[in-house]
Amino acid sequence: MDTLLQQLINGITLGSIYALVALGYTMVYGIIGLINFAHGELVMVGALTALSVIKALTVAGLGLPPAAIMMAGLLVAMLLCMLLAYTMERVAYRPLRNAPRLAPLITAIGVSIVLQNIAMMFWGRSYFSFPGVISVTVYSVGGAAVTDLQILIVLLAAALMAGLLLIVHRTRLGLAMRATAENSSVASLMGVDANRVIVAAFLLGAALAAVAGLMVSAYYGIAHYYMGFMLGLKAFTAAVLGGIGNLAGAMLGGLLLGVIESLGAGYIGDLTGDVLGSNYQDVFAFFVLIIVLTIRPSGLLGERVSERA
Amino acid sequence: MSAAFDRKPLVWAGVTLVAFALAVLPIALAAAFGQTWVRVVNLALLYVMLALGLNIVVGFAGLLDLGYIAFYAVGAYLYALLASPHFGVHLPFWVTLPLGFLVAAFFGVLLGAPTLKLRGDYLAIVTLGFGEIIRIFLNNLDAPVNITNGPQGINLVDPLKLGGFSFATRETILGVDFSGPQKYYYALLALTLAIIVLNVRLQDSRIGRAWEAIREDEIAARAMGINTRNIKLLAFAMGASFGGLAGGLFASIQGFISPESFNVLESIMVVSMVVLGGMGNIAGVILGAVLLTGLPEVIRFTVVPAQQALFGEVIVDPEAIRMLLFGLALILVMLMRPAGLWPATVRKREFAR
Repeated sequence: MDTLLQQLINGITLGSIYALVALGYTMVYGIIGLINFAHGELVMVGALTALSVIKALTVAGLGLPPAAIMMAGLLVAMLLCMLLAYTMERVAYRPLRNAPRLAPLITAIGVSIVLQNIAMMFWGRSYFSFPGVISVTVYSVGGAAVTDLQILIVLLAAALMAGLLLIVHRTRLGLAMRATAENSSVASLMGVDANRVIVAAFLLGAALAAVAGLMVSAYYGIAHYYMGFMLGLKAFTAAVLGGIGNLAGAMLGGLLLGVIESLGAGYIGDLTGDVLGSNYQDVFAFFVLIIVLTIRPSGLLGERVSERA
Repeated sequence: MSAAFDRKPLVWAGVTLVAFALAVLPIALAAAFGQTWVRVVNLALLYVMLALGLNIVVGFAGLLDLGYIAFYAVGAYLYALLASPHFGVHLPFWVTLPLGFLVAAFFGVLLGAPTLKLRGDYLAIVTLGFGEIIRIFLNNLDAPVNITNGPQGINLVDPLKLGGFSFATRETILGVDFSGPQKYYYALLALTLAIIVLNVRLQDSRIGRAWEAIREDEIAARAMGINTRNIKLLAFAMGASFGGLAGGLFASIQGFISPESFNVLESIMVVSMVVLGGMGNIAGVILGAVLLTGLPEVIRFTVVPAQQALFGEVIVDPEAIRMLLFGLALILVMLMRPAGLWPATVRKREFAR
């Protein structure tokens, strides 16, 4: 029983991080139909930048409270990620808006490789450990352990997602985003500036990616230049699982993927009589993805779009 | 009519020239730059095979496959398991290579069957997951029964051998000294040419036209009486089988394989070759494969000397610069030629529209 609860708690924590990253994928995909392969690298840049700033402020010994230091790190990381997202959209994606569908996919791969290697030059190949600014308290709930960090991650992620939904459903910018996603040429006829909307989607996604980066490095206690790639793939998988282009789908997909992975890691040994160990947890996640998509080809919450739209 | 007749000798002269160039390439390269470059050319030939195989799925049939390297892995592991001391089995290549070809085709169908309904990017992510599943299994199937030897991989894989003639050893034939890689080059070249011919014939065949029809409009293709299910499965199977063959050759040349060689990045690399070269155009795909294999190597051999000349020492990690330039090249080429370096005529037309 406590294994179940424990894995659920870990899964929801991991899942909220996936969900934040998945939102970035899904917003961009919903509007311009591009798999932004470089989105995972934004998480990495966000994590490493935040860590560097936090470390620098801690070493400087200004006597700032830990919360202020974390906020400062997060703020710098967000700004840098947004700047990077803006640059990549302008340089690598916008000129290819009307090109064959796979062309921007290749530039996205190129951007991903470039960001990874710039990060490697800048931060080196070694693992960065999270500076000891925060002390984690462990609570016991029904035989399972919960840390205050986990609670903070889940709450913050929930608040950010609620904020994003508010922006998308309650503001003029959100209206423009939804209109462009629905039909960009008609939206432009109605006076929506498509370029502005697309940039906004990239910036929002980048900001969420930076937060996710800080979260994931705080949660696991480490960060390095290669962390974005796999995390990005997982988050993209989550977005597809929920139905890509659908915000609620990305959140659901993220949470589900996190929980599935944790449960898989916790139970796969018992289920198979220890023939398969927890190193198969990724197999488990991808397997669920394949099954879900076989039954619902456009994801859990994705609309069934007819081919001749 | 007469013009075509007049051009014929010229065409043959060109063919002879290219054939001669391909024949002396390994000898000339080894003499001018060393054996390393013969190895690079061999690698390029393997990637040409892979890219052509993937081109069937992505370029001809229009199905985006991001887990293609899994078939390469299947071929490589099958060869290695059946021709190495790991199980103590040493089957000859004319058993293992065709077997790899067939088993990879079977895996192609295995991937294709559940994904028939999926479109575009949903298919992309499922294939990516499939590739990862295969890699994770290869990484972990060393327990409870040791099948793949886990992350350590399989060592001492047999080289290609025909009777007493081994492709791996240096020997002198007709007064010319041939190294192992040089001998492999000719085997690879022969197989690559065979695959190219097969691809050209496939493209112009009834099946090739059916693939093109599905790529352009699946519903219309079905209305025209094309059995889209079988034709799509055939695309997966054929594409996969070339990957399996290339994998077997890779295992025999390297003599060592491990799951590390078959990660997502490799799949993405092959997709980049196909798209950057010119999806659907065989010549373009070959160009893409050769360029993307050669470019990182050229950069590798110029970055360190260039830094030493500029700063007097190596300041920045050469590996980082190499990949950085590679990524920039991908971006620049796609920005300048969005349809690929050498696009298929259909694609050129679409893009002009």
